[in-house]
Order: sequence, then C-alpha cells, then structure tokens
Amino acid sequence: MLTTEQVQIAADKFTALTGGNIAPYLEACVHCGQCAEACHFYEATGDARYTPAYKLVPITRAWKRSKSPLSWFGLGKTVKTEELEEWQDLIFDSCTMCGRCSAVCPMGIDISAIVAATRQAFAAAGMGPEDFMQAAENVRTKGSPLGLTSNKLVDRLEWLEDENDMEFPLDKKGAEILLTVSSIEMMKYPDSIVAMGKLLDHAGVSWTFSTKGYEATNFGFLSGKMDLAKLGVTRIVEAAEELDVKTVVIPECGHAYGVMRWSGANILGRKLPFEVLHITEFLADLKRAGKLKLKPLKGSITYHDPCQISRRGGAADAARYLLDDFAEDFREMTPTANFNWCCGGGGGVQAMASATDLRHKVFKIKMDQVEATGADTMVSSCANCRLTMDESIAHWKWDHGLNSLVEVMAENLIE
Amino acid sequence: MTDLLDFARGPALQFSLAVFVFGVVWRLVSLLFMPRLKDKSAIRSGAKPTMIAAVAEFFRRMLPKPEFAKRTRFTTINGWVFHLGLAIIVLTFAPHVLFIKSLTGLTWPALPNIVIFAVGGVTVVSLILALAHRLSSPVLKLISTMDDYVTWVVTITPVLTGLAAASHVGLRYETLLAIHILSICVFFVWFPFGKLMHGFLVFLTRGEMGAQLNRRGIKL
Repeated sequence: MLTTEQVQIAADKFTALTGGNIAPYLEACVHCGQCAEACHFYEATGDARYTPAYKLVPITRAWKRSKSPLSWFGLGKTVKTEELEEWQDLIFDSCTMCGRCSAVCPMGIDISAIVAATRQAFAAAGMGPEDFMQAAENVRTKGSPLGLTSNKLVDRLEWLEDENDMEFPLDKKGAEILLTVSSIEMMKYPDSIVAMGKLLDHAGVSWTFSTKGYEATNFGFLSGKMDLAKLGVTRIVEAAEELDVKTVVIPECGHAYGVMRWSGANILGRKLPFEVLHITEFLADLKRAGKLKLKPLKGSITYHDPCQISRRGGAADAARYLLDDFAEDFREMTPTANFNWCCGGGGGVQAMASATDLRHKVFKIKMDQVEATGADTMVSSCANCRLTMDESIAHWKWDHGLNSLVEVMAENLIE
Repeated sequence: MTDLLDFARGPALQFSLAVFVFGVVWRLVSLLFMPRLKDKSAIRSGAKPTMIAAVAEFFRRMLPKPEFAKRTRFTTINGWVFHLGLAIIVLTFAPHVLFIKSLTGLTWPALPNIVIFAVGGVTVVSLILALAHRLSSPVLKLISTMDDYVTWVVTITPVLTGLAAASHVGLRYETLLAIHILSICVFFVWFPFGKLMHGFLVFLTRGEMGAQLNRRGIKL
C-alpha cells in the first residue's frame, strides 16, 4: 500500500514533467480508441485496459488538476493511491514504449513518450516491478543491469579472445570508434560480440572497447530513474572523450540506440561531442564504402525491426541495405519496417517476470507474421528482442530459427 | 418569442462568442508559452526544415497509413463523414453564409437547401453511429469521459435544431430559430473547455510529432 507521501511525490513529479513538450498531448486526446488497434498487448489479449490512451489517465489527471489552463476551475480529480497501484502494470508490464500507438494516433499524440514520463513519476514514488527496478539499480552498484562489472567485461573479452583466436582492442586511445556492448549480449549472446569484432576488423576499422564506458543498455531510462539514466550516458560520454573517438557505435540493442542517439544529449544537458550510430548504420556505411565482402546468405529469412531502431529511431533502412544483395531469399513481414509489431519485451518488459505470460501471448503475433512470410529464419538487430523471442520460442516450441544480423553477416565474411 | 430570438441573436450570441474567443486564446497561449526543453540531439542529416515537416505531418495524419487502415476503418470513415458534414452545413448553408458575412465581411456561394438537408441527415446519422460505437466498444467505453458525452450533445443539438428550424417543424419558426441559435451559443461556450478544442490543438500536436519524426529521420 502506498503512503500518502508517495502519492504526493508521484503527483508532484507528474506536474513537474508536464512541460510544453508534453502538455498539448495531454490536452488533445479525443478518445477515439485507434491506439488500441495498434497496441500488441491489446491485439494479443483483447483486454481494453491495455488501450494506450488509458495508460495516460494518471498523468493527465495530475495535469488537469494542477497545471492545465483550466485547472483554476478546480474540477480536476486528484491522483489517488488505488489509481497508481492499478496503473502500475499498465505503465510497466504492458507498455514497451514501442510507439505504434503514436504512429496511428490521428491527433499525433506521442503516447509512448508520455508513458516514459509517467514511469519517472512512478519510480520517484518507489513504484515499479521489483526485479526490473533492481536491475536498474545494478547500473549504479555493478555498472550494468546484468552485473557486467568492468572486471567481468575484461574476463569475458579475454575468454572470447581465447575461444575465437582474435584480439579485442581495449581502452585504445586514438581509435576512431568506441564500440559499446549490451550486457545481454555479453552474458547470453557472446557470439554477437565476436561477430562485431570480426566485421570491424575485416573492414579495417580502428576501434576499441572501453573499461569505463561499455554498457550501452540504459535501464535507468527505461525504469524512469533519470539519475541512473544520466549515470549510464555519462560513463560512455566520458570514456569517448577520454579516448578521443569520433563515433560511438551502439551494438544490437534497440533501446540503447534510442537512448544514446536521441535522448543522450538531453539527459546530459549538452550536445554529444561524437556521432552515435547503431551497428547496422555503421555497417551500412562500411558496405557503401565497399569495405564489407560477404558471401551470399543461403536460405529464406525475414527481418524483425526493433522498435527503437526503426519506428522510433529512424534507422529502418540500414538493416535492409545490409540484407540487400546479401540475403538470397529475403522476405518482408506484413506489416514491416516502421509499422512492424513489437517483440513484446521492449521498454524493459523483458526484465519483468510479472510480464512473462503476457510476452508469450504477444509473441504469437510475431509467429503469425513470420509464418505468413514462409521464411525459415528470422533475424534481428536487438539482443533484447532476441532474448524475448528466444524465451517465447521455447515456450511455444516454435520450429523457426532466430538469429542476429551481425552474426549471420560475420559467418559469411569472405576472409 | 421575438424576445427570445432577440436574446439569442443578441446578448447570448455575443457572450458565447466572447467566451469562445477568450477561452480558445487563453488555452492556446497558456500551452504555447509553457517552458519547453530544447532538443540537443544531433538532427539526422537530410532532415527537412522543421516547419515544413510539421505542416506535412498535419496533412499526412488526415488519413491512416495502409497498415492501420483496415483496423481503424469505421472510426476514420465515420469521423470524416461527420466532420465534413458539419463543415458543409456551417460554411455553405445560405443563412450561415449571410451570418458569417455579417461577422467577417467574407462571403462565398451557398449550396442549395436540399443538399444541406441531405448532408444534415447524413451528419446526424453519423454522429449517432459515433455515439453507438462509443457506448458499445469496450475500449471506447473505458476511455470515455463526461467530456465525450457532453461534447456529443452540444455538437448534435445545433444540427438537429437547425434541421428543425429550416424545416419549420413543430414550433413557430422564430422559436425554432431562437432555440437553434441558443444551441450554437452552448456549443461556443463549451468549445474551449472540452474536447472540441482538438480543432485547434490538432495543429500543435501533429506539428510537434512531425518535428520529432523529422529530427529522427523517421518516415511514417
């Protein structure tokens, strides 16, 4: 049960967050319900509670009560304990902030951005799924949500070097590129790390990892704990500045790209002194420069768009450019690219045990999409999507393959 | 009844228009002058000028993308029907054209009454369908507020009273006209306080969304 003080903290935070960027959105909803039709949680369950517009009720009430141009009428409802408790699963477990609702909204309301702001108020009040909030706290204490400390990073890299007979540059001052990692990759999909290294070495890129700024995921941002979000961004920025790199490359992780590319400077309060590229964007640049030599990829494949890279990130074309002339039998899903369905685990939902069943239900949408293409394998460029989908594949005992784009590329390099 | 008509045409209309203008300006100015965070992220190369992107997004969201068209078909088509219907009635019914001319000095040709009647009928049906949808859809029932229902009432009432007045149905013409004008007064008074404001807010929200998408190089 929340205390009165916690409720007041949430209400105050709501009010503080509703500045000129968000306020018009809160005033403009016409309750047409079209956002429900775009939401994978509603699509998978038919439960009206998952309607994205409904998720905005607490922050909208706080706005109307305290700050709206009409608030002086005093008719707005106050934020209540039961309301916050009822909405917690709507704000965390059942919103991946994928932005499909924002794409369909006829009023042009950025619903997913408002959910992100709402999470900040919930987090300030000490709310949020316990496991997820703990993963975020790990960023402060262990450097990473999955406990990938600097020492562990070095150990894992040394192990991968031995296993793969290759070298990973570390803290190399003067390198052009700082390559970051997702701890999901490092702990669950280390082959992706190896694949990125092989591709960069193949293209003759001057690159390095850093022991100070390596974790690209930003659970602080996802959980609404903005002090942690800033800590994550700062570590990478300081490492990049110390190493004097020109570009920071974000690995196969959707939200890591979204946070650093589009929110990093705003979180930090200053422009970033380097370019930020997702690994698919960087590889696409290498391909354009003729620096990637690949054998044709056999078999039929389709591509799952990570929401924060495509619909929210503006980089949907990069992966397709990489697959063009490489995948012999590439089949687009319907819908695809900026309108593709979410995997169900974005926005940190992957890390919430309470959302497991819901994620599995959502994944059935993806299964239907892939089966309709007739492709044998789905590739993606986000380790978080991959982990979410791998778990659901096991749950449903689905017989289709799932792989990472960088891994299939590295496997087909012409040495 | 002439007294009622005089009241409707005179003080009631003047008061409601004053509330409408002051309310709309107050609400828009309040929002536009709120402190905004300046986006410090590096804009994607090749992005259009922000204003062009904002205007383009305003027009683009007039229709859903093909990916969403099937699922949102009823809401989209019905929404277009009653919005267009209202616009045609308000802007092209001969007495309305004269009224607008008296207010602004601007004028244009009116449509024949028979066309206006037909459009009025279609608009009423469309608004009734919108309400039926709101009352029968679990999603819409859940997210609807009193504002939605009040707005529906103050929107359909002028159409119904206008049709009645133009058809001379039931009461004396002067009485019907007075009731019609008073219903419009209620519409004007409610406009700045409820969701009818979306008629103005849509420029802000679609524009803001267009600017954001453009900055990131997202083509929806």
